[in-house]
Amino acid sequence: MKQFITFVRKEFAHVLRDRKTLFILFGMPIMQILIFGFALTNEVKNSKIVILDQAKDIASQSIITKIEASRYFEIERAVMNETDINDAFKRGKVKMAIIFPANFNETLLHQNKAQIQVIADASDPNTANMLTNYVSSIIQDYQQQLNTTLNVPYRIMPEVRMLYNPQLKSAHNFVPGVMALVLMLVCVMMTAISIVKEKETGTMEILLVSPFKPVLVIISKAVPYLFLSLINVFSILLLSVFVLDLPINGSLFLLLAESTLFIITCLSLGIFISIKTDSQQVAMLISLMGMLLPTVLFSGFMFPIENMPIPLQVISNIVPSKWFYIIVKGIMIKGVGFSAVWKETVILIGMTLFLFAISIKNFKIRLT
Amino acid sequence: MRIIRFLLQKEFSQIFRNKTILALIIVMPVMQLIILPLAADYEVKNINLAVIDNDRSPYSQKLISSITSSGYFRLVNYNSSFKESFKLIESDKADLILEVPHNFEKNLIRENGQKLFIAVNAINGTKANLGGAYLANVIRNYNTEIQLQLSGPSKINYYPSIEIASSNWYNGTLNYKVYMVPGILAILVTMIGGFLSALNIVKEKEVGTIEQINVTPIKKHHFILGKLIPFWVLGNVVFTVGMIVSWLVYGIVPLGNIALLYGFIGVFLLAILGFGLLLSTFCDTQQQAMFIMFFFMMIFILMGGLFTSIDSMPDWAKLISRLNPVSYLIDVMRMVVLKGSGLRDVLPNLGVVAIFALVLNTWAIINYKKTS
Repeated sequence: MKQFITFVRKEFAHVLRDRKTLFILFGMPIMQILIFGFALTNEVKNSKIVILDQAKDIASQSIITKIEASRYFEIERAVMNETDINDAFKRGKVKMAIIFPANFNETLLHQNKAQIQVIADASDPNTANMLTNYVSSIIQDYQQQLNTTLNVPYRIMPEVRMLYNPQLKSAHNFVPGVMALVLMLVCVMMTAISIVKEKETGTMEILLVSPFKPVLVIISKAVPYLFLSLINVFSILLLSVFVLDLPINGSLFLLLAESTLFIITCLSLGIFISIKTDSQQVAMLISLMGMLLPTVLFSGFMFPIENMPIPLQVISNIVPSKWFYIIVKGIMIKGVGFSAVWKETVILIGMTLFLFAISIKNFKIRLT
Repeated sequence: MRIIRFLLQKEFSQIFRNKTILALIIVMPVMQLIILPLAADYEVKNINLAVIDNDRSPYSQKLISSITSSGYFRLVNYNSSFKESFKLIESDKADLILEVPHNFEKNLIRENGQKLFIAVNAINGTKANLGGAYLANVIRNYNTEIQLQLSGPSKINYYPSIEIASSNWYNGTLNYKVYMVPGILAILVTMIGGFLSALNIVKEKEVGTIEQINVTPIKKHHFILGKLIPFWVLGNVVFTVGMIVSWLVYGIVPLGNIALLYGFIGVFLLAILGFGLLLSTFCDTQQQAMFIMFFFMMIFILMGGLFTSIDSMPDWAKLISRLNPVSYLIDVMRMVVLKGSGLRDVLPNLGVVAIFALVLNTWAIINYKKTS
């Protein structure tokens, strides 16, 4: 035990000596949570659109005013014809074109049926879809206004309540997601590199000939990173609550315990990678190039996992941050207790044990 | 010129010697390009709906069946209490709750109006927004149907209605994969270029071989060029392989000019490699270089407009993404591949990226010190 503590101390000294790296390790997650917490949003707003108003009458003008007032749209200069619309789309500046036919108001009032043409740049299908939805509801709104004065009967009025997040803030979704993403990558990368580095520079040999158990050598390398990551968790939570205005509706203690578990899972993954590789470059390529995009996609905070084809849903299960994201979202935002996240917790524990077991099995005491 | 040729020989033989890294550089992007677009799907379907029907009248039944037959919703729970349905939301098994009040039918017909209650799990904005919007849409259509039915056919044309003729250009089937593949390819090329170049000079520093180069009469810009060109070639190879994969797997053929794409990628690679080299002149260890590159890579990816729209970001974030070279590449890839945009359309992007390339590389050359 005394030996172990000595080793851990040595590793701490190693980590703490390198001020530059330390600064990066603490500064990076903070910056990322701040930037992404404020900037990322699934909402589509301020989309530039062009309006071709051939009517220029009361109805078209009041619909345009309504569109202008909504935060979803920003109206660009008016274009003249279809080729101009095509050009604007190709330059990537506008997302949608709305065309009012001539005599719009007259047709609407006399024939009771008028048409508006809406052309979306569907190279981005999601935005196209949302914008078309927004325009439709604005126009429907206008139509309803016309109709209330006429008192239309048999109306169903949906009353919508937004649970957990009444203001529909994106941070409620993205902060837990970014937290799961950043913690995972930082933890995996740190351990993976630090052990490989010893191999590469040859100092691993010296450690291995010491009378100290090889497994403990590796664990003692992971301990300082556990502490560093916990400090990161603290700073992220402080930022989330005091800067990003997120609630912690559940138990803070449970949240910290789960974070510790998740960090240990990631550190074990890092250890496994470092045991399987023998140069920093390879370890890095695997942990960053190989994991960055898959982690973003399979955590579930960007794209709903239940939308994916079944084989990918199966793959997503092996990404630890998916489970941590569910846990953080549950405890922080929904305020649920352990009984709601025990399954995810068990999965993370299982992953940790598994990674540890195969790491030990693969760990070679003699280097070649 | 001869010096550069020798340097290139050295760099290339170093790259080809390390088979693991070479395999990783080619195989990893290909695998990701094949798999990831399938996962990146925003199309909102299978919205899990819990329904509490307190009325159980023909009207409420018909409403519910028109909702479930719309194709967007999956009925996960029917007719339990609100409390039970709420538990489903808590455990992520349901996204929306629809509650039909008692006397729905009676009130609708007699009192001329009736409310419906919808509760949305609003943590995930997209699902909440779109799910709510779809539901409202189905209800509205159902409502119109009822109004027509109850008011009688003579009044069909009685109230003014605006018809919306919507058309979707460039991607009529609203296929999300077609949109994601060029973007993901852009990111993969960026990562290869960025990571490799950032690590390279640092590695020579760490291992000590840079000293040997420093004592030779090799000029600074020779050295940087010697590092730049091999990775530039590799980046182009990865891009080419990626284009072939997206054609074979996803059937995506650029509408626009392929030469234009290569021209843009060529300039872009210079910029991102210059960025990597610049980083490595600042760092002392591969670890540092990696962490810093990771930091920027996250920003490049998450703020490049690949997954979320830049227009919707706050102004300061828009400014950041304007300083993000990757956002220009993602933009251009999508423009040229999907819309067939031409040189004139992408010229502003090309100009900015060229400036990035020039500034970053010059800076890297100045900052690389031959004496340590």
